[in-house]
Amino acid sequence: MPFVCNFPFFSIVLSMFCGIVSSVLSGKNAKKLSIGLLCVNLCLSASVLAYTLSSGESYVYMMGHFPAPWGNEIRAGVLEGVLASFFCVIMLLALVGGLRHIAQEIESGKQNLYFIMVDLLLASLLALIYTNDLFTAYVFVEINTIAACGMIMIRQTGRSYVAAARYMVMSLLGSGLFLISLSTLYGLTGQLLMTPAQGAVAALRASGQYMEPLTVTIALMTVGLAIKSGLYPFHSWMPETYGYSTASSSAILSSLVSKGYIILLIKIYYRVLGSESIMHGKIVNLLFVFGLAGMIMGSISAIRESDIRRMIAFSSVAQIGYIYMGLGLGTEAGVIASLFHILSHAASKGLLFISATGLSDVSGGSKRFKDLRGAGYRNPMAAAGFTVGAMSMVGLPLFAGFISKLLFATAGVQDPTKMLPTLICLAVSTVLNTVYFLRTVLTIFTPVDADAASKAKARQITRGFSLKLSVLCFIVLNLVLGLFSDPIVEALQSGLHMFS
Amino acid sequence: MSKQRSDYPGSRWDKFFRWLHGEYDPFAGMLETKRPEEHQAPPPLDPSAFDLCAAEQKGDDVDHSRQIRRFRILYKLLSCVLCVSISIILLVTVANLPHFGDPAAPANNEVSQRYIEKGLQETGAVNIVTGMILDYRAFDTFGESTVLFCAACCVLILLRIDDSGRAKAEEHDQIYEPKNDLILEQAARILFPFIMLFGVYIVLNGHLSPGGGFSGGAIMGAGLILYLNAFGFQKTQRFFTEKTFRYISLGALMFYCCAKSYSFFTGANHLPSGIPLGTPGAILSSGLIFYLNICVGLVVACTMYAFFVMFRKGGF
Repeated sequence: MPFVCNFPFFSIVLSMFCGIVSSVLSGKNAKKLSIGLLCVNLCLSASVLAYTLSSGESYVYMMGHFPAPWGNEIRAGVLEGVLASFFCVIMLLALVGGLRHIAQEIESGKQNLYFIMVDLLLASLLALIYTNDLFTAYVFVEINTIAACGMIMIRQTGRSYVAAARYMVMSLLGSGLFLISLSTLYGLTGQLLMTPAQGAVAALRASGQYMEPLTVTIALMTVGLAIKSGLYPFHSWMPETYGYSTASSSAILSSLVSKGYIILLIKIYYRVLGSESIMHGKIVNLLFVFGLAGMIMGSISAIRESDIRRMIAFSSVAQIGYIYMGLGLGTEAGVIASLFHILSHAASKGLLFISATGLSDVSGGSKRFKDLRGAGYRNPMAAAGFTVGAMSMVGLPLFAGFISKLLFATAGVQDPTKMLPTLICLAVSTVLNTVYFLRTVLTIFTPVDADAASKAKARQITRGFSLKLSVLCFIVLNLVLGLFSDPIVEALQSGLHMFS
Repeated sequence: MSKQRSDYPGSRWDKFFRWLHGEYDPFAGMLETKRPEEHQAPPPLDPSAFDLCAAEQKGDDVDHSRQIRRFRILYKLLSCVLCVSISIILLVTVANLPHFGDPAAPANNEVSQRYIEKGLQETGAVNIVTGMILDYRAFDTFGESTVLFCAACCVLILLRIDDSGRAKAEEHDQIYEPKNDLILEQAARILFPFIMLFGVYIVLNGHLSPGGGFSGGAIMGAGLILYLNAFGFQKTQRFFTEKTFRYISLGALMFYCCAKSYSFFTGANHLPSGIPLGTPGAILSSGLIFYLNICVGLVVACTMYAFFVMFRKGGF
């Protein structure tokens, strides 16, 4: 086995190791360690991607001396490589963009705790991407939930405590349902590793035994992970969570944490429950309907908001709806569109959160639209970032969002019954997106009289180099996803084929 | 006319009648009296922390609006319907699952068979549960220990008080803490060594008898909490401070991480691990499991103690 095959294992264990070591480091050193870790992990994941692309097949990696049905296993293919490298990039940029706010908003004695949470969150996301074992997935879902809670409440304001409590309640509900479904699945198959479990589920289906428990298991698993990722009726924690936590936390949570669960769901569909029977079953129709509802309702709520961070959070509700709508189409093209949208949404949502923070910094720290008027002239870089992010969300050509909408529409027309609702909802949602993003962009570029501008500038927090750098990289990332999407879509496609 | 007694004033009866008329107080000057402290107004609350409450007060009269009352009734009704239907679905599912102990159930397959038949031989642990969680599926257990570590860090985020608030918290703790409780102290003095010894026994024998790191660590943590309650912080601070907590968890988790990484790495690359399994049943046997159990036990004990201390006064 070539040495590069060890890299997924290295990146998970290294992240956990760094998180453990950070507990005795000072805040400053923990920060350096986290950033270094993200860079190293990026290199490791990129080499895994390069290796799997060149070899053209996925491989499993034994965690210990015992083979598949007995010991733990992780698995790496093209899809895992793409997602892992991409997640490292987004996390690095989101963290760098919010460094100044982390220093200001978090008590100095607790800074290292924040970076512990970042490291463990990264470890759990990587483990969710790479795992080939259902129970390992559950353990890392737990780490993910707890670390995300810590990242929300570390700001220590009344609002962030409320947000963390809400997030905790909803997320634990989701985890509980997921755990119940895992135990029933174990009762039905006697397997926890994904590969043998897939065989056992196929055998069950062929024999026709225990069909009711299997159906309930599929439903519980889907609903549990949908609650955790914030699908429409279960989205109530999102605006609070993303609106009142520190900038980096909002960016990381919205662009990565909720996506980790969706990836796990896709993985379980393809690797355990059997993509054929799921995609022709009824459960995808449920996801389709709620996805469509989320697309519309999230955008309507976003229009009614007067707080820029909460508005972006409601836009996330709509985007999660897009992803589930793609899954709900029940075709391979739909799943690929969803996977691409996971990437493009992560790139643009991170950009929006980071640049919105930059804008409110130059407006006396306020997030209200009336105070943000003219902020674009006070911080041009953040305004450019926000505009690019908004255009990507709306789906203008050149940017990442356009490609994902194009993929959704193309996937939609393949299914005669689902074509009309998909296209109508896509159109309506795009118009609604335009309404609130255009309004915001217009607000930040509305000139204000010099007096008010100087007053706002006097109160501003000093702008940092790190924020500019992060916004610039995010813009480039969006353009890359928009302009060179073909190889990425191809990679996603071949990765998905390796899944089944 | 009887003769008036000259010693009547000052006698018991005189005092009794005067007490009845409220002129005499038998306890005057005899008791140590203390004036009640003047009531101090609490410091004004920070309004920003309560802006949700303020917003609620400013809003509609929640309790008397007919619409809201109707909505609440509907909400409760729907919640009941939802709970009942989910319970029914889950009960039906459980009824349809393979029966418990059924030899033909799908869960009784080659996986559990190998754990039971070859567990002793392959892991060296007499207790096959320990062999499963610390050898066959050691990665999951490492994840579980990290969950504990992560939860402890979250509690630190939430409850740890910085140095400026520490003095106040300590004062507060001393008022409300019944210290020097003789019964508790004597009981703890007798029980504490046994509890710790039992915890250590369960951890060290994890691979031989029922028990292991998680259960033994919980017992040791409970012993530490009992000691703290009986003797107070001054005594525990001599051997358990925040530094101790950090370095013990760090050392234990790092040892776990390094040892298991070595074993994962050799296993995945099909190299021999070179760790002797020893004679099954001996205390120093079963390879790494013995040491990993100690690590897990230390992490669990420290985490339990840290939780208690954080909830009590926000610092060690």
